[in-house]
Amino acid sequence: MKQIFEALEKDARLTPEQISAMTGIPAAEVKKTIKKAERDRAILKYKTIINWAKLGEEEVWALVEVKVVPQRGVGFDAIAERIYRFPQARSVYLASGAYDLAILVAGKTMQEIAVFVSEKLAPLETVQGTVTHFILKKYKEDGEILQGGEGIKRLPVTP
Amino acid sequence: MSKTGSTHIKLPHSCISQKVSDIPPSGIRKFFDLLSSMEGVISLGVGEPDFVTPWHIREAAIHSLEKGYTMYTSNQGLPQLRQELAKYLESCCGLSYDPENELLVTVGVSEGLDLALRAILNPGDEVIMPDPCYVAYPACTSLAGGIPVQVPTTEKNNFKVTADDIERRITQRTKAILIGYPANPTGAVMVKEELTQIAELAQQHNLLVISDEVYAQLVYGVEHTCLASLPGMKDRTILLDGFSKAYAMTGWRIGYAAGGQEIIKAMTKIHQYTMLCAPIMGQMAAIEALKEGNSEVGTMVREYDRRRRVMVKGFKNIGLSCFEPRGAFYAFPSINITGMTSEEFAEKLLMEEKVAVVPGSAFGQCGEGYIRCCYATSLAEIQEALKRMGRFMKRHHTR
Repeated sequence: MKQIFEALEKDARLTPEQISAMTGIPAAEVKKTIKKAERDRAILKYKTIINWAKLGEEEVWALVEVKVVPQRGVGFDAIAERIYRFPQARSVYLASGAYDLAILVAGKTMQEIAVFVSEKLAPLETVQGTVTHFILKKYKEDGEILQGGEGIKRLPVTP
Repeated sequence: MSKTGSTHIKLPHSCISQKVSDIPPSGIRKFFDLLSSMEGVISLGVGEPDFVTPWHIREAAIHSLEKGYTMYTSNQGLPQLRQELAKYLESCCGLSYDPENELLVTVGVSEGLDLALRAILNPGDEVIMPDPCYVAYPACTSLAGGIPVQVPTTEKNNFKVTADDIERRITQRTKAILIGYPANPTGAVMVKEELTQIAELAQQHNLLVISDEVYAQLVYGVEHTCLASLPGMKDRTILLDGFSKAYAMTGWRIGYAAGGQEIIKAMTKIHQYTMLCAPIMGQMAAIEALKEGNSEVGTMVREYDRRRRVMVKGFKNIGLSCFEPRGAFYAFPSINITGMTSEEFAEKLLMEEKVAVVPGSAFGQCGEGYIRCCYATSLAEIQEALKRMGRFMKRHHTR
């Protein structure tokens, strides 16, 4: 069954028939397995990795380090939940080290992110401090190299 | 007056040796010339991975260059590489080779094959090999002064060579059996029981076996058996393997030979006068591949397996019968149904649909009626190639 998800993770547009051809698992069974994984939220959603810069769209990203005071009984979970409900917070991680939460924030402009951090994030009661790192350039995202890449260099016919 | 560089001097015909003149040019190369002038071609004609060498292996080679490793190595290859190879052969096949005397690092398996044949053959000695087989087997045998004796294999028998068929061709002059499984061009794999019969035959008739196992790690749902690991076969077998296919390192040109001390010594003698040593950068990369490259091999094998299934099923859907290849990265479908020869089929397919395949006849008479299609190509390309071939088959489905 793992083969089904490995194939889907590489290309979410594969049909059950195509996955069946790749894995030898009957298409009906592939369909059933995927449906169940969707219900169980083992598959969360199907998305596309878009290189927005290539489309001429402005998009600003920042990595925000957040230091918080953990709360009795709920640890970091309660504050994490407060934060991840903001749509601007695209990814939220609990990290070890100098800070507690690492948050990837996206916005149209730097101003928009600055407003989010200063007016929404920083004032939260248990937040002790934030450090905002604006992303200057994206080289690789979700395993995909955004510019250049390896390209095909082999000859068309070889022994 | 003639321009500098161009020559009008007619060289005497005899300036090329008879031996070389007698060898036909590789049927694969012929296709390359045709192809190089075309655009938009999907090539299933390659014989190498579409993956680039894993980054950590490349990075290790870069590091070694930075450190100044640009010299010759010992003729036999870097001691550390031979030690890693010995460890690898021990862990994968339970074989114990002495890195000092029983292993030789070569410039790809190609050099290993040439050395092995030259080391063992006297003029007129016969080498038994399957038909179809990799293009270099008969050519290198002839170049080494030997006579290739080909054993027909058929789709009915999944392109496996049988001990019986080999035995019928053994003569006083037979010196060795040369096999390469998983096979190029057919994708055939031979299992332990089948190889055991060949091993027993070799022992009965006191023959050497040259076993080209460069695709050993690329098997799907079957286990590869190393011929040298069979009882009584270690000293009788010249095991040839390399990094090109499993680690996607074709351009690095690193292979190795493992065998009895006497034979490795003889091969090293030729190697030291002709090649000196394999390139050090490649050897450095190979050490890294052996130490840290296993997970990437697994990832690539899983990906090839997906593509293999898609291609074989796709061929069946468009009316090309295809036995299930269980190793390497080739499918070898029959084109009998079209009534064309392999070469006609390949040429027409290239001209009409811009899909390049290699005619099976390039690999021997028994390859006639088949084409070699490599699935070390992205799934998207395989699917597009299948679509184009489907159209082609609709037009040319005659029988």
